[in-house]
Amino acid sequence: MRQRIRAAVAVAGFACAVPLALAQGSATEEIEKYRQALQDGNPADLWEMRGEGLWRTPAGPKKATLEQCDLGKGPGVVKGAYAELPRYFADAGRVMDLETRLVWCRVTLQGLSEADAKKNPYGSSNRKSDNEALVAYVTSQSRGIPMNVRLDNPQMKEAFALGEKIFYFRGGPHDFACATCHGEDGKRIRLQDLPNLTAKAGAQKGYSTWPAYRVSQGELRTFQWRLNDCFRQQRFPELEFASPASIALTTFLAYNANGAPFDAPAIKR
Amino acid sequence: MNKSIRIALASGLAAAAVVGCASMEPKPSDAETSAKALQVMKASFKEHGQAKLDRLNQDETQALCSQYAGKELPRSVAEKIEKSNLATIKYPADGKYVGDWKSGEKIAQLGQGGQYSDDPKKPSGANCYACHELSKAEISYGTIGPSLWHFGKLRGYTDEMRRYAWGKVWNSEAFNACTNMPRFGHNGILTEQQVRDVVALLMDPASPVNQ
Ligand code: HEC
Ligand code: HEC
Repeated sequence: MRQRIRAAVAVAGFACAVPLALAQGSATEEIEKYRQALQDGNPADLWEMRGEGLWRTPAGPKKATLEQCDLGKGPGVVKGAYAELPRYFADAGRVMDLETRLVWCRVTLQGLSEADAKKNPYGSSNRKSDNEALVAYVTSQSRGIPMNVRLDNPQMKEAFALGEKIFYFRGGPHDFACATCHGEDGKRIRLQDLPNLTAKAGAQKGYSTWPAYRVSQGELRTFQWRLNDCFRQQRFPELEFASPASIALTTFLAYNANGAPFDAPAIKR
Repeated sequence: MNKSIRIALASGLAAAAVVGCASMEPKPSDAETSAKALQVMKASFKEHGQAKLDRLNQDETQALCSQYAGKELPRSVAEKIEKSNLATIKYPADGKYVGDWKSGEKIAQLGQGGQYSDDPKKPSGANCYACHELSKAEISYGTIGPSLWHFGKLRGYTDEMRRYAWGKVWNSEAFNACTNMPRFGHNGILTEQQVRDVVALLMDPASPVNQ
């Protein structure tokens, strides 16, 4: 069943990618890699498995596992936790998304310094990222569960309002905002379809299919990576990992995706 | 650098905590939320290569267009934006609007420029094809903007249209407030000669746009 859903998602993605190959010769190679990946299933499985190992293996100065990490539903509850993130954490006194909360748990439970816990959030083939693996594992435990982010306290309400402002904030040499590329239905850049993140359907699809294994990069990418790379295209400076703007923007987008069954780690071109 | 970010962060959190406790307080105004969002952004980005933090400082056009995003733009605000941007357009001193369409086509294809991952020593492109259909030969085009195929042929190869095309590429906001199109000349993405070549792509009868 799970396998079948994945195959369907992957095939849909593949169909979109075909015109790209016609237009850009260099994409043919990418399509070939895509085909290969389809045969082998979604390589995101490897990140999920590695992440589960990291979750259960004692590490850090305190030689502790992450099994007591409280992702919002109580210490150790991973099932369904991602579908309710970001949320306000009373122990930290602030709103956190998954990636920020993982940093928190690695610091408080395992005794890592904050700098060490934030190191290498986005990996490469010769430098695997623990963050990406942990995110793959935790998110996989919300597969099929409807997104349910609640603005039921002032901190979450504020994070949402700030995220909305950041989404519409125009700046830089190109005057771009997120809304420039993601504010209308049915638009595309070159041949890449742009989800309208201001409408329910687009927000749901755009959010619930991350993290994703990117065939073109051979890496599993997290939602913060997605934001980071869109800000790069927006000609903004670099978004810091686990920063307040990142959390606020994620709150805005995750709340707009409410109701969508979470469907990741996915596979994308 | 890191320290100042941390301090800003801490003050941001302190502010958040104050808002948090004051749950009986009235909702912050739209302007207060905007100011707070800017403060949060300034604490959340770091400069990277050519992309410095000053890119978060909005000019008046950017600020107004952000303020009214997703709402209806009042006519008076639109006029104000168009008027001030119109005044910035530098038309060519020699009156020569049309350069080399072949070079214009390359500029319209090239996406590099302005990103922190781009080499600032290399010339910037405009990536017009990211948003516009221009010629029938290039099928990899985006749809954020309208099709420009047959632009000169349909509008007429007149001096007035050449001047309009120049102005639109130089500063798009002068003709349509809060457009999604970048201000290529005004913001220094393209040089004057590059603008001339892009105008040729639109306005030269021999250009693929007009075939
Ligand atoms: C200059 C254009 C541009 C800007 C500005 C931009 N994006 Fe994107 N965005 C894209 C493109 C292109 C894709 C598709 C990338 C791909 O398929 O590889 C994308 C993909 C996404 C996705 C994933 C959608 C999916 O279904 O996989 C999300 C979420 C997203 N962007 C959010 C944002 C946010 C939030 C901002 C502002 C911080 C932003 N984008 C700014 C061009 C942009
Ligand atoms: C990020 C998207 C984007 C890019 C890149 C872009 N444009 Fe546009 N353009 C638009 C949009 C949206 C409109 C329609 C709204 C308006 O008129 O401003 C437009 C309108 C225009 C018009 C006016 C059409 C008319 O009917 O009068 C011209 C001419 C034009 N663009 C030329 C260009 C050229 C040449 C380039 C590259 C140098 C370019 N554009 C790059 C988005 C873009």
